[in-house]
Amino acid sequence: MSRPDPRTATETGDIALALGRVTKKFVSGARRVDALQKVSMTAREGRVTGLIGPDGAGKTTLMRLVAGLLVPDEGTISVLGIDAVRDPLDVQSSIGYMPQRYGLYEDLSVQENLDLYADLKGVHLSDRPGRYRELMAMTGLGPFTSRFAGRLSGGMKQKLGLACTLVSPPRLLILDEPTVGVDPVSRRELWAIVYRLVRDEGMSVLLSTAYLDEAERCDDVVVLHEGRILGSGAPKTFSGPMKGRTYRVRVPSVKNRTLQERLSGQPGVVDAVVQGEAVRLVMSNAETQAVEKLVEEMEGALIEAAAPRFEDGFIALLREMRPPAARSAADTGRAVAAAAGKDGETIIKVKDLQRRFGDFYAVKGVTFGVKRGEVFGLLGANGAGKSTTFRMLCGLLPPSGGTLSVAGVDLRRAAASARARIGYMSQKFSLYGNLSVRQNLDFFSSAYGLSGSLRREMIEWAFWQFDLGPVADSTSADLPLGFKQRLAMACALMHAPDIIFLDEPTSGVDPLARREFWQRIDSLAEKGVTVLVTTHFMEEAEYCDRMAIMAAGEILAIGSPAEIKSRARTTELPEPTLEDAFIALITGTTEGVAA
Amino acid sequence: MTALKGTGGNPAASGGAGMRLRGLIRKEFLQVLRDPSSIAIAFLMPILLLLLFGYGISLDAEHVPVALVAEQPNADTDSFAGAFRQSRYFAPVVMPGMREAVAALNSRRVDAIIHIKQDFSRRMRSTDGGVIQVIVNGIDANNARLVQGYVEGVWAKWLQAEALANGEPLDIPVQVEERVWFNSELKSRNFIVPGLIAIIMTLIGALLTAMVMAREWERGTMEALIVTPVTIREVVVGKLIPYYILGMGGMVLSVVMSAGLFGVPLKGSLWVLFLASSLFLLAALGMGLLISVVAKNQFVAGQAAIIATFLPAFILSGFLFDISSMPAPVQVITHAVAARYFIAILQTLFLAGNIWPIILPNAAALLLMAGLFLGLARRKSGKRL
Repeated sequence: MSRPDPRTATETGDIALALGRVTKKFVSGARRVDALQKVSMTAREGRVTGLIGPDGAGKTTLMRLVAGLLVPDEGTISVLGIDAVRDPLDVQSSIGYMPQRYGLYEDLSVQENLDLYADLKGVHLSDRPGRYRELMAMTGLGPFTSRFAGRLSGGMKQKLGLACTLVSPPRLLILDEPTVGVDPVSRRELWAIVYRLVRDEGMSVLLSTAYLDEAERCDDVVVLHEGRILGSGAPKTFSGPMKGRTYRVRVPSVKNRTLQERLSGQPGVVDAVVQGEAVRLVMSNAETQAVEKLVEEMEGALIEAAAPRFEDGFIALLREMRPPAARSAADTGRAVAAAAGKDGETIIKVKDLQRRFGDFYAVKGVTFGVKRGEVFGLLGANGAGKSTTFRMLCGLLPPSGGTLSVAGVDLRRAAASARARIGYMSQKFSLYGNLSVRQNLDFFSSAYGLSGSLRREMIEWAFWQFDLGPVADSTSADLPLGFKQRLAMACALMHAPDIIFLDEPTSGVDPLARREFWQRIDSLAEKGVTVLVTTHFMEEAEYCDRMAIMAAGEILAIGSPAEIKSRARTTELPEPTLEDAFIALITGTTEGVAA
Repeated sequence: MTALKGTGGNPAASGGAGMRLRGLIRKEFLQVLRDPSSIAIAFLMPILLLLLFGYGISLDAEHVPVALVAEQPNADTDSFAGAFRQSRYFAPVVMPGMREAVAALNSRRVDAIIHIKQDFSRRMRSTDGGVIQVIVNGIDANNARLVQGYVEGVWAKWLQAEALANGEPLDIPVQVEERVWFNSELKSRNFIVPGLIAIIMTLIGALLTAMVMAREWERGTMEALIVTPVTIREVVVGKLIPYYILGMGGMVLSVVMSAGLFGVPLKGSLWVLFLASSLFLLAALGMGLLISVVAKNQFVAGQAAIIATFLPAFILSGFLFDISSMPAPVQVITHAVAARYFIAILQTLFLAGNIWPIILPNAAALLLMAGLFLGLARRKSGKRL
């Protein structure tokens, strides 16, 4: 029974959502996870509030608590003045919630999905045609109403999910990672829709994301990390303190990656990442001399001030909590013997590669080459064909057409000795979850034929290099994501491969872990190891020597990040980002299809 | 308690309940129609099982191949062999000697050897009587016992016929006059096919329901579903109704096939069959829902449904194996198998008629189980993750 509580009704005012010291634990077997610890936050009405944090930060748990799907162990949750713990059904009739996978029935058509959610949300039959028209116009799904949801692209699914959530206009819209893995065009469109809902319908929006650049699009941001709130406020409150502390550094005689490696870890440096043709530097204070001192020995160093971003503030917050590890991730390549072969030799050749599933082409006409010691990135949204291409390269999936060779052989037909030259880290954690870290390392080293002192040495190296010592005897499945990812990489490197395939290695981990990971990749590349990596993070593609942008199974563009960006350069957009370039490429090629 | 909200003076909300339920049911039917595996379980599987069990499997031993070895063939042995030839239970093969017969038995070309010793004619006319040796392959113990019994039957009949032909009085103090009630043709098919209906309904009720519910959890649609104003009761009923209809469809198909194709008589009334089937189906649906609520994963739900419902329905229900000849502890376990009660009702309804003393207690047991499983499923599933 809903009993209006006079106290909360008057006190909340323009507060759409209020959490007071909310704690939620999950217990599975002997393992206890503190998903949220004494979390207090508010979201204001008529605004977009962003929940920012890596996987496992507690974003989804928080949203499920708000939607009345979970009960907190402690604390209060008030949604639009309703107690979400006591009256979840009342909350549910005034909110719209889109879960991570959109909650669509893939075997129902677009129209049938809409009808179902209209029935469930009690939308009057006479109101439906008008509402459907609005939603179809907003999402651009009008021409596809009879298509099965399962046959839609990722971006279209995301919009249909949103349309189903909006079929009866909610007062509070909750979107759980609506943009993750979706192509940048669809991401921009989704944001346009969200802004319109807030502006025209006065809706309040709570949205979670793992993309830090999206934080800047929110009115307010709540940063979650390991179940605690790290900070909250307008995005400016994060980037503001960084004012005067961010620079772009360029040294013509030094490769960006080398420069970045030299700068990171230096005193006073909070963060150093490759960005475009320069290295972006975040310093611990606003003294310009400190930066000049760093590069004083480098010839022709150019330093220019850069506008602070949300991400800079976030990294600074994380660094305060977690000082950099004693040993640098940058010497991951140390134990890997210099890879055989001459520099500049094309070690991976792919020509007109195709993969068909039924009448659907997951990969069609893909052609590229990768040189020895290169970091080559495949960038694209979920479903663009990145992983399928990878699996064919690793010999896990036979191609339907075209030719490919890795280190001179087709791995699908090659002998085990040829396979021993490659390492593969798959998208999902594919180690043995019920074995301990040590057992996994033991198993993979023996699977790759290491024995005796070499094997012991490599296992020692893995423990030391990847900082796995403290968790040596923990069950792998119970490790935090960052550790799992490190263990997976360690296992893929045990046999010192010449070529390593990394399928979305950084998906879901926090930005510090991502930086550390890229340092390892760079260090491997320095040793002549060829690295192929897929990602759906635009900014990560900047770290690659060369990259290919994929969409719908095809390569849209191939080249260095600078080359690709230069293609999108226009008078209105003199310095396009990779995302701008991606969007320009996609709209250029798909216009004919969508129209 | 929150589900009562609609009745609390808000007519729009109660209209909403009807709309929500209709939406859920329509969605479920669309999914069934589009999912070949649901169709296969609901309609193809019954047909396959009925054909397989109806035609393929018989518990009757007929035309059992036996080797006849007469060491000294004469009129008596010929007459004895003739008795075997006339019997529909045997397909005798005359063999010249024991060596060939044993070889045939070893290679399982024959199931038994009837060995007629050389002094058969002499001894059968003497006071100490004739001797035939019967060697039965005991690997299939069930079949061996049947063959043993049939051989004795053939032998007794032959003796009688001999005595009659020779005008000798045969001294038999007690005569057995057999009458078979309820399955007068003694066809095992008549007994198996009704039991199959229980198996089929277990498959549709428990396996299919467990899988489709778990699928919703697995694909994340359940999460989206339960944050709408729908009540958990509506979610459960929205699953029950479509699969109830599907299960009853499977049952109608099975009844029509068993009567039309296999000529199994239906002595009892249709409405009792309908009510009993409904009760059983509700129990099966309840189990399916309960499994899926606990498992939330199609693979685990499928495995659990097979182990917890389908296998017991097959083995522990009296469908093929007689419960009263099971060891006592196993007999106790069979009481937890819903199919056991339904099969008892089915066999009675089909072969004997509306025998209330059997139907009522079994129906009461089904009602209890349906209430238990549905209640548990309802309690275990909540609008919480």
